[in-house]
Amino acid sequence: MSLENTPFLEVIKSSFSAAIWKEVGPAVWDTVYMTVVSSLIMLVIGLAFGIVLIWTDKGGIRATPVINGPFGWFINILRSLPQMIMIIIMIPVARSIFGQSYGTNPCIVAIAASCIPMYARMVESSLMEVEKGKIDAARSLGSTDFDIVFRVWIPEAIPSLVRGFTVTVIGIISMTALAGMFGAGGIGDIAVRYGYQRFQHDKLLACIYVLIVIVQLTQSAGNLLSDHIRKKRGLM
Amino acid sequence: MADYIEIHDLNKTFQTRTGPLPVLNGIDLSIKKGEIFGIIGFSGAGKSTLARCVNGLEIPDAGSIEVNGRDVTKLSKQEMLEERRHIGMVFQNFNLFEAKTVYENIAYSLRIRHEKKSIVDEKVKEVAELVGLTEKLDAYPGGLSGGQKQRVGIARALIGEPDVLISDEATSALDPQTTLQILDLLRSINKEKGITILMITHELDAIKYSCDRMAVLEGGKIIEQGKVVDIFHNPHSRTGELFTKVFFQFQNDEFQSGAGI
Ligand SMILES: Nc1ncnc2c1ncn2[C@@H]1O[C@H](COP(=O)(O)OP(=O)(O)O)[C@@H](O)[C@H]1O
Ligand SMILES: [Mg+2]
Repeated sequence: MSLENTPFLEVIKSSFSAAIWKEVGPAVWDTVYMTVVSSLIMLVIGLAFGIVLIWTDKGGIRATPVINGPFGWFINILRSLPQMIMIIIMIPVARSIFGQSYGTNPCIVAIAASCIPMYARMVESSLMEVEKGKIDAARSLGSTDFDIVFRVWIPEAIPSLVRGFTVTVIGIISMTALAGMFGAGGIGDIAVRYGYQRFQHDKLLACIYVLIVIVQLTQSAGNLLSDHIRKKRGLM
Repeated sequence: MADYIEIHDLNKTFQTRTGPLPVLNGIDLSIKKGEIFGIIGFSGAGKSTLARCVNGLEIPDAGSIEVNGRDVTKLSKQEMLEERRHIGMVFQNFNLFEAKTVYENIAYSLRIRHEKKSIVDEKVKEVAELVGLTEKLDAYPGGLSGGQKQRVGIARALIGEPDVLISDEATSALDPQTTLQILDLLRSINKEKGITILMITHELDAIKYSCDRMAVLEGGKIIEQGKVVDIFHNPHSRTGELFTKVFFQFQNDEFQSGAGI
């Protein structure tokens, strides 16, 4: 059903019909799958990168410009690539890992590669927010560098790390829609194939509902978790 | 006989964007075992930098700091970690770990040394009782009053059984009544445990109330040191000037914090 020849209300009504959702429903799971797996990869590697950045920073554990400089540069280069270009660049990488360059898993590689540098910078700034006095206190109690990072620095930053993670997961959701154009399946795929190429605007609307709901749920979950931790700590 | 802490010709210059900033210019100090030694000076005089040199948070450019006969400026990184056990530090802003309960804040220095659970539990309870926090062990620092927070800070420093406690403006963020309670606590710790206390402050009253001997720091130099009574009765001319100013500044601070509420 297209908006070109059907009244708006009719299209909306149709967008809730069982026929539409039979096709959109399974795509939701593809999107959720891609989002969850990419987010987990991003969380682990992004945290690790963020820790490297802060460890080697001037105000960090040990100022190591020879590492911090090039590494920051590398991250900035990754960040400056538009997501679409990142997907194209990752095609040969994904082929070498999965033996194919098309489909859900190969796109996860591209999504993670694109979002890791963003999350790494967020981790860096979350950690920077932790008051230096706490690090001094930890040092004055005889902490090793490892103690400082893993027992004090990261735990203190958790509410802020959670908020940053939420923002980047939402970025990932929007990138899964883009990846749909490159054979990743999911909501983006439906929206492009039917909504754009065949003017089936009822399906396009259904995809929009799904994206809105997923993004809202993600944001609310992130806010709830962060607030819960802050309340528990007596900070709000 | 050498005193317990001997600081000799200590120098520290920070490299800043606007050029080198000399902060400590040849500090000589000697502190006896078991005393409460006061260091007073205006903001920016270099008090915190001096304190941070003593436990290795800052590396001086020149000079020596002997604590119990060991020059802490010459220690390796590993030796410094061990030495910090013997030098506790309490901060103006408390610097508590907000992610941890009061219990875990106090237990911290035992946790990082992988002490047995039963020992940790016993010591945390003992120290918590000493500072009057037994009821608050499960709370998070975020929900405590300033005075309670500083008690956690003191307990956290005490649990490693230090020989020296550095108090860097520990009472400067507290109201006068709470200040008095914390000063009393520090004094009782000094009496009961024989811990040497280095009390750094810009508050004249705190020194008068607590210290046996004191030094006056200005522009990165010690301009006078000796018995508190002697200095108060017969101050070096510059110290006298300083006292008047400090006194007015102190009153002014009180006025401002009162007006801010
Ligand atoms: N890490 C640092 N880098 C540059 N300048 C510093 C640093 N720490 C302290 N200073 C400067 O040294 C001077 C003395 O500071 P501080 O020792 O904190 O004084 P006080 O504790 O007496 O107020 C101040 O001018 C301060 O700005
Ligand atoms: Mg200071």
